[in-house]
Amino acid sequence: MPNDIGHSASSKRREDVRFLTGVGNYTDDIDLHRQSHVVFLRSQVAHGRLKAVETTAAAAMPGVLRIFTGADFEGVGGIPTGWQITSRDGEVMQEPGHPVLAQGKVRFVGDMIAAVVAETEDQARDAAEAIELDIEELPAVIDMKAALAEGSPKVHDDLTGNLCYDWGFVEDNRDAVDAAIKAADHVTTLELVNNRLVANPMEPRVAIGDFAPGTGDSTLYTTSQNPHLIRLLMGAFVLGIPEHKLRVVAPDVGGGFGTKIFHYAEEAFCTFAAKALKRPVKWTSTRSEAFISDAHGRDHVTKIELALSKEGDFLAVRTDTHANMGAYLSTFAPAVPTWLHGILMAGNYKTPLIYVNVKAVFTNTVPVDAYRGAGRPEATFQLERVIDKAAREMGFDPIELRRRNFIHDFPYATPVAVEYDTGDYDATLDKLLEISDHAGFEARRDASAKKGLLRGLGINCYIEACGIAPSNLVGQLGARAGLYESATVRVNATGGLVVMTGSHSHGQGHETAFPQVIAKMIGIDENMIEIVHGDTANAPMGMGTYGSRSLAVGGSAMVRATEKIIAKAKKIAAHLLEASDADIELKDGQFSIVGTDKSVAWGEVTLAAYVPHNYPLDDIEPGLEETAFYDPTNFTYPAGAYSCEVEVDPDTGRVTIERFAAADDFGNVINPMIVEGQVHGGIGQGIGQALLEGAVYDDNGQLLTGSYMDYAMPRADDLPFFQVDHSCQTPCTHNPLGVKGCGEAGAIGSPPAVVNAVVDALQRAGLDVTHIDMPLSPARVWSAMNS
Amino acid sequence: MTDVTLTVNGTQVTAQVEGRTLLVDLLREDARLTGTHVGCDTSQCGACVVHVNGEAVKSCTMFAVEADGAEVTTIEGMANADGSLSTLQQAFQDHHGLQCGFCTPGMVMSAAALLKENPKPSAQEIRDYLEGNICRCTGYHNIVKSILAASGQDAGAIAAE
Ligand code: FES
Ligand code: FES
Repeated sequence: MPNDIGHSASSKRREDVRFLTGVGNYTDDIDLHRQSHVVFLRSQVAHGRLKAVETTAAAAMPGVLRIFTGADFEGVGGIPTGWQITSRDGEVMQEPGHPVLAQGKVRFVGDMIAAVVAETEDQARDAAEAIELDIEELPAVIDMKAALAEGSPKVHDDLTGNLCYDWGFVEDNRDAVDAAIKAADHVTTLELVNNRLVANPMEPRVAIGDFAPGTGDSTLYTTSQNPHLIRLLMGAFVLGIPEHKLRVVAPDVGGGFGTKIFHYAEEAFCTFAAKALKRPVKWTSTRSEAFISDAHGRDHVTKIELALSKEGDFLAVRTDTHANMGAYLSTFAPAVPTWLHGILMAGNYKTPLIYVNVKAVFTNTVPVDAYRGAGRPEATFQLERVIDKAAREMGFDPIELRRRNFIHDFPYATPVAVEYDTGDYDATLDKLLEISDHAGFEARRDASAKKGLLRGLGINCYIEACGIAPSNLVGQLGARAGLYESATVRVNATGGLVVMTGSHSHGQGHETAFPQVIAKMIGIDENMIEIVHGDTANAPMGMGTYGSRSLAVGGSAMVRATEKIIAKAKKIAAHLLEASDADIELKDGQFSIVGTDKSVAWGEVTLAAYVPHNYPLDDIEPGLEETAFYDPTNFTYPAGAYSCEVEVDPDTGRVTIERFAAADDFGNVINPMIVEGQVHGGIGQGIGQALLEGAVYDDNGQLLTGSYMDYAMPRADDLPFFQVDHSCQTPCTHNPLGVKGCGEAGAIGSPPAVVNAVVDALQRAGLDVTHIDMPLSPARVWSAMNS
Repeated sequence: MTDVTLTVNGTQVTAQVEGRTLLVDLLREDARLTGTHVGCDTSQCGACVVHVNGEAVKSCTMFAVEADGAEVTTIEGMANADGSLSTLQQAFQDHHGLQCGFCTPGMVMSAAALLKENPKPSAQEIRDYLEGNICRCTGYHNIVKSILAASGQDAGAIAAE
């Protein structure tokens, strides 16, 4: 298959029309007949023993249908985890139970204690406030290192302590890495925090459970990135509903960024309660509730050491990370600090020896799981920060030090278990220097200085692993699911196509980009193709959208299914043309006999497939519908280089982003407009992490940043225009489209650029500042300057 | 319960509401106009912006009873009379000013109010005006470009400066 399938101009997004006119169909826009509403009573203490939940008075309040507590879920399954990590000592991770409603103990502020179902949301809220709780408060476990100390209170009484796992990677390299670090000319050490974030898609989560007594079928409408995964996890592990009796629908979804991957207890509750009450049950999260119930992201505390020769060759990397799991294991949580983080520690560099140690820790906080980039931003941040620090310590130009260590020969097997298929890191770095007007920096710095401001420049590279993932590989690594994707292509008699895919679109523009690929393959107008997703009732089993996998994996499944369609259509065409199918070619929607002017049109062939009067019925069945499952053979490895210029106000410590540029290699690109939009959004979130955002708990486990008053979301006036480029393209060698994925790059590549830039500004001003932890608030920058 | 009557996108709507009912709830539930979204509970995100008597208002900050007798325009009332996208809506599509679409109704309503006040805003004026509208998807780059383009300016050139 040639790599240029689907390459085309930036088709405008067809989904925009409904969103721009207010007729989208988000989950909260759905109201079912006889719908009731649930409000959850959530714990206001971080850790406590639940002694009594008194609901009698509340249950008698107007409109209340029923109040559920943990006791109603005895015998029901708990919320499962999708990965099992094995510790250095060969033991599997500790995996606590996670009941739908709290049983015995509450373990974080936001843990669900009771659920009030009433005729209206206001009635449910009023009754929830009338429930009386008797909770014996216990000391909260918040700090990860304290959580592992001898004698720390335990989040889960039935576990041996608060350590979930202690993972070493690659364990066999440990001694060699230690020896290389001991013997090296120079070792740069950096201790840093990768700040805890809240994903904050603008649409809060919503779940509506429905039950049909006539058939015994359950339906869940939910704000999910992967409805099939929810059906599998909730059906098989929590509620015991076979998949053929359970339908999960995720209609228009208002952003996900990872936090809508996971199976949440609210979904299980609504499905369960709808059956118990024989009425639809709807839950709409408030934003305040989202802060204490959506899985958070990041929250790593890391020490990284980089060993170098005196010439600047990287000899070894050793890292020691504590990763916060929160109070329970969310769906992908164990995989994020391990496989999605450790395998990226080579970065773009030929470091021969790498050892990564990660201790995952339970605390009395909201569960932590994948957020845009998931493990890869954490890997990139520490590596690109320590390289910058090493360059300064040893007197190298940070750009040249990186170049010196770039990988040039592909495929390249890293010492951390993955093989990069293609890349050209010099090309993206050169492109970055060009589009960012690197040469003009000094003049801009002088101009800033005249205004009394300190200008700094930060540059970094990144690589990520996308298109997850080969099922057999992830199975060995502890995944409890496969990571293929599926597509069914249904051709109608009149020639139009419906493509049903397990990939889910919640901002990525699949409804536009996917048809571009198929239209090109067949040679028909892209408006003849409709993408259907987000409903387990029509799409075949698929794994959903995350890890920048939709086009690389979902798109590949679609290509495979379309290839089958074309192969069958050629047989039909050959029959109609009285030729051999080997002699038929398809071009611009016409099947013709090679070397002749005899042809039949796409629509004649599709019609024949469904009206098979003149048809090779002895050879092939009527109809034109094919399904393919695509299981990738490797990850894809997008990579690139980012630069940031900041101004720091020396009087206040305030940082402003003056210029930001990104040069990415995503392999082949289908819709450049959409790709650029993905990068912009990722950069916005990365700058948010670097400058503004941070979820902060006090020692008692109260979330101090629980609303948009306290959690600083990037606003339009916090960000500049971005210069982005994706013209450096080394196509992926192992998927049919040659695509690599672009959804997370911006969030991965941008935080180190910002911090490198601020440190650069301060160092150029003669200040001995080597690191500041994110977010770089004015207070933090000012203190670093004045300490 | 109180009766309120208002005009929404030119059509009269009457509803019985509680004192605590917000305008956004009346629009979404009683008028079944679900284009106006709720993204927060602290009046910060701007997903709920509508026009009340010609002014941009966060409809989560106004009680339904306060809107009695008002003329309200929501995102559903922004297209041209023939149903085609207005210049502003078209600019959002042309410049990829939306991804998930959740913030979009509020962005369009705020941008329309800005352009009424200031028909040729600079990029910085647009960014300042949108301070009360949060978008998590776009990094605002293409939203600002869309509004520049809708006001007849060369968005591509300005963004590349
Ligand atoms: S919902 Fe009105 S400002 Fe957020
Ligand atoms: S387009 Fe998704 S929040 Fe703005």
